[in-house]
Amino acid sequence: MYSFDMVRPTSVADAVSALGQEEAQALSGGQTLIPTLKQRLASPSVLVSLTGIAEMQGVCREDSGDLAIGGGTTHATVAAEAASIYPALAKLAGGIGDPAVRNRGTIGGSLANNDPSACYPAAALGSGATIVTNTREIAADDYFQGMFTTALEEGEIITSVRFPVPEAAGYAKFEQPASRFALTAVYVAKYADGVRVAVTGASENGVFRWTEAEAALSSNFSPDAVAGLSLSGDDMISDLHGTGAYRAHLVGVMTKRAVAAAG
Amino acid sequence: MPKDHGIGASPKRREDVRFLTGAGNYTDDINVHGQAYVYFLRSDMAHGKINKIDTSAAADMPGVVRIFTGADFEGVGGLPCGWEITDKNGAAMKEPAHPVLAIGKVRHVGDPVAAIVADSLEQARDAAEAIELDIEELPAVVDMPRALQADSPLVHDDLADNLCYDWQFGTDTETTDKAFAAAAHVTTLELVNNRLVANPMEPRVAVGDYSRANDESTLYTTSQNPHVIRLLMGAFVLGIPEHKLRVVAPDVGGGFGTKIFHYAEEAFCTFASRQINRAVKWTSSRSEAFMSDAHGRDHVTKIELALDADNNFTAVRTNTHANMGAYLSTFSTSVPTWLHGTLMAGNYRTPAVQVNVKAVFTNTVPVDAYRGAGRPEATFQLERVIDQAARELGVDPIALRRQNFISEFPYETPVAVVYDTGDYVATMDKMEELIDIAGFPARRAESEARGMLRGLGVNCFIEACGIAPSNLVGQLGARAGLYDAATVRVNATGSISVMVGAHSHGQGHETVFPQVVAEMLGIDESMIDIVHGDTSKIPFGMGTYGSRSLAVCGSAMVRATEKIINKAKKIAGHLLEASEADIELKDGQFSVAGTDKSVAWGDVTLAAYVPHNYPLEDIEPGLEETAFYDPSNFTYPAGAYACEVEVDPETGKVTIEKFVSADDFGNVINPMIVEGQVHGGIAQGIGQALLENCSYDENGQLLSASYMDYAMPRADDLPHMSQYQVDHSCQTPCTHNPLGVKGCGEAGAIGSPPTVVNAVLDALNSGGHNVAHIDMPVSPARVWAAING
Amino acid sequence: MAEVTMKVNGKAVTKSVKGNTLMTDFLRDELRLTGTHVGCDTSQCGACNIHVNGSLVKACTMFAAEADGAEVSTIEGQSAADGTLNVIQQAFQDHHGLQCGFCTPGMVMAAASLLKENPKPSEAEVRDYLEGNICRCTGYHNIVKAILAASGQDVSAIAAE
Repeated sequence: MYSFDMVRPTSVADAVSALGQEEAQALSGGQTLIPTLKQRLASPSVLVSLTGIAEMQGVCREDSGDLAIGGGTTHATVAAEAASIYPALAKLAGGIGDPAVRNRGTIGGSLANNDPSACYPAAALGSGATIVTNTREIAADDYFQGMFTTALEEGEIITSVRFPVPEAAGYAKFEQPASRFALTAVYVAKYADGVRVAVTGASENGVFRWTEAEAALSSNFSPDAVAGLSLSGDDMISDLHGTGAYRAHLVGVMTKRAVAAAG
Repeated sequence: MPKDHGIGASPKRREDVRFLTGAGNYTDDINVHGQAYVYFLRSDMAHGKINKIDTSAAADMPGVVRIFTGADFEGVGGLPCGWEITDKNGAAMKEPAHPVLAIGKVRHVGDPVAAIVADSLEQARDAAEAIELDIEELPAVVDMPRALQADSPLVHDDLADNLCYDWQFGTDTETTDKAFAAAAHVTTLELVNNRLVANPMEPRVAVGDYSRANDESTLYTTSQNPHVIRLLMGAFVLGIPEHKLRVVAPDVGGGFGTKIFHYAEEAFCTFASRQINRAVKWTSSRSEAFMSDAHGRDHVTKIELALDADNNFTAVRTNTHANMGAYLSTFSTSVPTWLHGTLMAGNYRTPAVQVNVKAVFTNTVPVDAYRGAGRPEATFQLERVIDQAARELGVDPIALRRQNFISEFPYETPVAVVYDTGDYVATMDKMEELIDIAGFPARRAESEARGMLRGLGVNCFIEACGIAPSNLVGQLGARAGLYDAATVRVNATGSISVMVGAHSHGQGHETVFPQVVAEMLGIDESMIDIVHGDTSKIPFGMGTYGSRSLAVCGSAMVRATEKIINKAKKIAGHLLEASEADIELKDGQFSVAGTDKSVAWGDVTLAAYVPHNYPLEDIEPGLEETAFYDPSNFTYPAGAYACEVEVDPETGKVTIEKFVSADDFGNVINPMIVEGQVHGGIAQGIGQALLENCSYDENGQLLSASYMDYAMPRADDLPHMSQYQVDHSCQTPCTHNPLGVKGCGEAGAIGSPPTVVNAVLDALNSGGHNVAHIDMPVSPARVWAAING
Repeated sequence: MAEVTMKVNGKAVTKSVKGNTLMTDFLRDELRLTGTHVGCDTSQCGACNIHVNGSLVKACTMFAAEADGAEVSTIEGQSAADGTLNVIQQAFQDHHGLQCGFCTPGMVMAAASLLKENPKPSEAEVRDYLEGNICRCTGYHNIVKAILAASGQDVSAIAAE
């Protein structure tokens, strides 16, 4: 690793001001950033650790009924504490990485990174969540802007994420056998005004909504409803673990299974 | 009641306590006062011409001690290959130079270009970034058939082509061709044996420590065979005589073959420490390991099996391309030849067996032995083609195998080896019992009811272990002997240190070896310690690989212990005033046959060192004996494995639902350890079959360069306890070593890959998918493509 | 450099660390606790697992500065002062749950976390929990057995199911 300093602010305000320094970078759980630093692929002058900020921690149900999760909340905490409010989301969180990673990795870190194979982007987009930062609120539909790209400005911190709680939801992940990230995974959530379907792991452009499936499932929320639908593999990731065509096929299968899991 | 001590017992491992409490002493735990750290700047190109390496700016960076390049190794030897292969025309193999640091060209991603020695590793890395490299990228060659074309890029400019050797072995061409011409049926398969990375969990580490006081170099290294490293590095690379060179391999975190070989980093640290008069340490990162540890397997084969009208095997012919990578690693050349061709008869009495192997240079990391080394490749071909023949002929694959089994021993195969003993029917029977063949149709129906396809795969295998008679391997091109050695040092109070040439890096020698000596002497195992891994303490032995430790080094230990007993009986006879011939040793007591006169072990050992009442005129004081043991033949463990898989036809995902093994290891010293070895081997074999794939793109970039892309088997990839059984109750003891043992370290990795692939194909065919073969790893994407092909 | 204070295996330590000092380096180099191993650089193998404030954490993927004020425990703190192995360590030895020993510290630490969260896990739960621990020697069979045995369950009964 290159050398850098580390600061551990205890408030969002202090974190924002620390991030104003030249070449400062936020460190949330570090489960992706630290391996990147080891490879010397990033050279911050100062890392601003967000793990000590109490106001960014925790899971709660707001008066609106929405589920709010602090940006610094670990996957393990979401898995445990969101289970009674939004079980599909809790289950997704409990399936990210492995137990040790879940104890450090955070929802804010995952969404800020927007890895094209990560789980949380599918849940946020699939739930039509709102990404709350220190300066504004961003709708999930506007937030994800392609692989590793988001609407976040430099120095902007995800302080919390607000999820409308659906009537039913399910997540089906087909794991890449080495990294155990999603080779292709689909998040399906049924709301009063329709069904949302978000796909991760598959597209060259990162997480996306499968609108044809949304339409089909909005009129008939059952696995059979997507049976005739298919996607092109042209814009899908093609790598050692599967071709674009295979991933496109898996989107269909995982959508069916996500709906089945939603019950 | 199972025994609770000695041969056949399963005492708890004594080495466990230090490993379980964090007290192990691995090479990276060793730090020498004032040590410097080396960082290797490695090529990111697969092939390139080095025009210039400018280290001037880097040399001035903070903390830099010295920067080395290939030029610093002028006059120093290259890394040697330990086995010369003679090709089918009688010519010696091509043997290109393998410099410690690249000279002139880089030949694979990871080839070390410069070595930066600094006060800290981060300083060395900083300086590495300041080195100006002018390397002109050249077209790379990765594919073996492509590498053999006349217009292929040359990996080594001083060689005429990329062919290391063209080897032929076994039955002559005329006889083989005749057998194929007369065949009632011929089955042909083209197969890839996928390139693997051994991935012991401990990455390699080397610490070179030169002492000016006595002009002695010590190398601490993660090695399976410290004496081999001392021999190769001292004699061929650095020109340091043995008495000035000590190699220590302390606790080593797994090897699986990849820590047999002598590596550039070991030679570098030893060399650099002498140059700068300061210890030099290198610790590989995992990413670095992927591009600098020798890889395994990587064969592409066409195999043909001829059968007569009664389904008797009449001939086998194979044509294999074996990837050597960019340089010849230590034992690379022996793997596709003597460790592979000699096994192509398998368990079957096929009268004609011809093996053809072209070894090929490519712009990839060198390939060498990995658990099984050649034998998994042989087994995979043979057992896949037999299964396919059974499918084509519409016969039961188990019956077809049984019909062709060798059943009389000793049996000389058409590929030169003589199987001393075995009982392939017994292991097959055992396997059928364990897998519950009769219950399979019901299990298949149950899977199908859930929309899954279920398949049953079987496999038989034989391996040649305990490598091996030195005079034979010498004739075959080995540049070293393959005996082993043990010194049994009995101390005055009766406790014993046994210094062995074998090296334990997970095998539990510290527990198992004392069981043998304790049994022979009738004393408690706790009185015996094993010393290994330090050339300054142990006799010259060849280390641990090829499932050889007990069969070869254990035999040496038995011989040395027999010498101890003989001498101790002389002493006891003197003390008891009886003839040596009348002395019996039982339960640690020497007694005179037919009398109640006896003397205890400890009294005899004390007499040996305090020889006041002692036959000094006949024998020397002391009680310490060394034996070197050179086996008269290989050992031939064999077995039958079976596996049931479920295939999800929607995703192509394969899960192992049931797995059983029936092995014949001959006698078993410690059943717990043997089963542990089989568990590990099976997991690696399942890994090869379903998960692991070391892959390059056409430009020679390594695609699977970390655990993010190289899929290691994990706990949830493997079958549950209730669906899994390993058995070694079929025992035909080896006829030519004193313990009757055959070796158990590699069986699992040899036996399981074809078992799994055969099961997957059975599942697919049961579902109406007419698929003849899928290359390993049988990944979901490949299965899905085959189904939808 | 920043000063950090933490309790490691019950003992208070205060040291100056650089911003980029990982917990693995801190434990191995500063405290000479070399039982915590480094087996990969992508946060997957789990050989470096430790407990920080009671949670399982990969020491290679956490900076020492972030552990300021924390209670840390490592493999060296698992046995009793007199050297007696704890129930998990003893089960690993009893069931031959280790071979080369390199992944073992991380396995033991993961097992301890699992049994704290789930005192009587099923075999499937044990295998699932070990997703972040790679062993190359044992095929996991005896590790799973050891963890189930450490939880007080009848391993032979589970195997016979």
